[in-house]
Amino acid sequence: MTNPLKDVLNSKVILVTGTNTTSNHPIIANYIHEAVTKHGAKLLVVDPRRIKLVDICHTWLRPRVGTNVAWINGLMHVIISENLQAQSYIDERTTGFEELKKCVAKYSPDYVAKITGIPEKDLIAAARLYATETPGSILYAMGITQHTSGTNNVKSLASLSMLCGNVGVAGGGVNPLRGQNNVQGACDMGGLPNVFTGYQTVTDEAVREKFAKAWNVATLPDRVGMTVTEMTAAGGEAIKALYIMGENPMLSDADIHHVEKNLQALDFMVVQDIFLTETARLADVVLPSTCFAEKEGTFTNTERKVLRVRKAVNAPGEALEDYRIISAIARQMGYAMEYADASEIMAEINRLTPSYGGITYERLEQGGVVWPCPTLEHPGTPILHINKFARGEGVFFPIEYQPSAELPDDEYPFVLTTGRVYEHYHTGTMSRKGSALNRLYPEALAEINVEDARNLDVADGEYVNIVSRRGSLKIKAAVSDITDRGVAFVPFHFYESAVNKLTNSALDPVSKIPELKICAVKIEKAA
Amino acid sequence: MNTIQLTIDGREIAAKEGDTVLQAARSAGIRIPTLCYHERLNPIASCGMCYVEIGGYSEPVQSCATPVAPGMDVVTQSEVLTDMRKESLQRLLLHHPLDCPICDKAGECRLQDLVFEYGIHADELQPPAKPREVVYATSLIKYWPDRCVLCLRCVTACKEVKGVCALGVAETEGRRHLEFYPERCVSCGECLQLCPVGALTENLSPTKGRAFLVNKVPTTCTYCGCGCQMELSVLDNRVVDVKGKDDAGVNQASLCVKGRFGYEFISSDQRLTKPLVKKDGEFQEVDWDQAIRVVARRFNQVKKEHGADAIGGFSSARCTNEDNYLFQKFMRAVIGTNNVDHCARL
Ligand code: SF4
Ligand code: SF4
Repeated sequence: MTNPLKDVLNSKVILVTGTNTTSNHPIIANYIHEAVTKHGAKLLVVDPRRIKLVDICHTWLRPRVGTNVAWINGLMHVIISENLQAQSYIDERTTGFEELKKCVAKYSPDYVAKITGIPEKDLIAAARLYATETPGSILYAMGITQHTSGTNNVKSLASLSMLCGNVGVAGGGVNPLRGQNNVQGACDMGGLPNVFTGYQTVTDEAVREKFAKAWNVATLPDRVGMTVTEMTAAGGEAIKALYIMGENPMLSDADIHHVEKNLQALDFMVVQDIFLTETARLADVVLPSTCFAEKEGTFTNTERKVLRVRKAVNAPGEALEDYRIISAIARQMGYAMEYADASEIMAEINRLTPSYGGITYERLEQGGVVWPCPTLEHPGTPILHINKFARGEGVFFPIEYQPSAELPDDEYPFVLTTGRVYEHYHTGTMSRKGSALNRLYPEALAEINVEDARNLDVADGEYVNIVSRRGSLKIKAAVSDITDRGVAFVPFHFYESAVNKLTNSALDPVSKIPELKICAVKIEKAA
Repeated sequence: MNTIQLTIDGREIAAKEGDTVLQAARSAGIRIPTLCYHERLNPIASCGMCYVEIGGYSEPVQSCATPVAPGMDVVTQSEVLTDMRKESLQRLLLHHPLDCPICDKAGECRLQDLVFEYGIHADELQPPAKPREVVYATSLIKYWPDRCVLCLRCVTACKEVKGVCALGVAETEGRRHLEFYPERCVSCGECLQLCPVGALTENLSPTKGRAFLVNKVPTTCTYCGCGCQMELSVLDNRVVDVKGKDDAGVNQASLCVKGRFGYEFISSDQRLTKPLVKKDGEFQEVDWDQAIRVVARRFNQVKKEHGADAIGGFSSARCTNEDNYLFQKFMRAVIGTNNVDHCARL
């Protein structure tokens, strides 16, 4: 996020899109609720599902799934044609405005209505609302990124925010809500194929030399590596062995029939986890590790705040902290790797990572610190891009709408979209192990629109078969008006109803994120 | 922001315009006893503890619901006020059994503290009427109607913080009690967190620890990216309860159902406890030495036969920064590949 979680309390308008915040980031939803009910902020929801926040919103736009660039361009079209943009901000801080203007010229409300299904007058009202109430904050999540157009969707939202002068101000910003506790930290720590810690690129020779020296090796690889989806796809071919720590691609990846085949084709796979997950079952070696309550460390939350994790109980049996297991393998392979505790590792991170330079354990005792924080004296940076963009000038990207990879047709007339529910988390490895959350949400449910259910002759609680080009799934239907006609929503937490057997693995060309949010399916009443 | 000058207990104080007398006193470090008041909620004014005297007013007023005005002269301690507070406490205790010895909340109960402070004795109380049993909005929380003092913090928090409105007040046989709309409840436990007495208790952990017996460990939630600050209560190497921790920047002591009630997996008997190596399609338990040797040997072998780039690593969005740092260091420095990634995209 460019801005803190609580910053929505300073917003006059809040645009929420592609995030079911109430379910997936409940605490942020609480702040949105407080902003609206206690501080009079106006809430603008753009989502194909009738999410809970629609109850308290000022305007709700319901676009067809996968038409994000079109409605965002539409909003910008209206703002520019009514001359509501923040012209002095644009002149001072950005480039590319003329190109953007040219690009969005054709996205008139009437043209956008044809693509998205959003009524013209609603689009115009929403544009006026976002442009005239400032500051305005934008919050988004996987409903924006898990598309073949994901990168373009994100860039378009950034343009919309800059157009109204909302980047770099309190109560504004473009804020991706990261779904997992430490997604932000895993990225910051260089758990990515192209960068070391703090986004220092592997293709930069000076950076490589710095790390090689610190790590006591002659050279470090200079070629950008493969992403998770690429490695899985290359299983048995270019990739012969995988070391998987705390991940469960057998449930989380798209098109898991395919994933399973590729993992089985590997020469060797080791999985390090706290449970015998669907993925671990396929491994050659399984190493027991500790969960958050059994170790010292830090997580970095979605607002870039580094927070302490502390050991509360002893690990079961012989389970060990991940970092101790990694070190043991390294030593066995002839590399000296030894840390007395997690704080020693953080000290090394501090030395090698400018943005984490001042974030020590000692400081974290006083509470979380927000990076970039280069020195011990630095207070941290809760809001990014104040006065100036990190990269100099903010760039507007003119982006054209492109349809999703797989659209409904006569044979597969429904859109299937996936996500999470409030009571569970990711692949259910943790949330489904206890009784509490299972009591509240025991089995996977497919949300289906009331009218579709009537046409299919399916009552609430009856089973349906959902079939895509890649697989089929028998699942209980939850009939409601949450999804639009022609759309079904299925959560992916449940191994016995693994919806990713059905999803499309088509990737966004830049981010390599699979298009989990839309594929074509047919739905029939199950016998 | 305009400031307003007033006097509290003889001290000149500059308060923020729009603040209540209670807030002004607190910012100045002057304590006024409260039970129902909570910083994040609009004033409820149900408990009658925060009375103060204000010069020129005919009778004491509740400071939580009185905005500051220029030149106010406020007195927070007097015999009259002490008597009023005692009376309020007695009213709260009218039906409240002093069952502190068996109450989960004993030791961190606002009511217990206040009763102690004001020296109220059990013989001043009426015997409780026939005990009542009531179900709650969620199966994860237990409601003890006799302990409930109807301060309405829970009702207000459910409405104002969570926007849920699963709680209300009703009357049966002349006695007021909470009313529930279970179909709305999201089992977040905000009500439980803010209950100042033991009327709402955690109904999940089979073992319970008294407040003063458990070890409380502050940490960060392991589920979503909000990073809520929480406190794990530990008894005999087991997490028996999770509470939100006040951290003004992150969650302000709020949690959701996952953070508050999703802790059972920690002590699940399905946890992995020994390294496993697959032989003829079956996993066998081995010791660490053996497991580490197998892994190192196979990595070396693949590296020799196919090169370092034939090995890939998935680090994890659920592991700590330190674990992730070391993982990529291992892949890059020891294996010699940049094939390292995690499921940020999924
Ligand atoms: S658990 Fe949450 S939703 Fe349910 S009654 Fe309590 S505060 Fe309201
Ligand atoms: S308590 Fe809920 S909202 Fe807070 S971090 Fe955990 S999962 Fe997220």
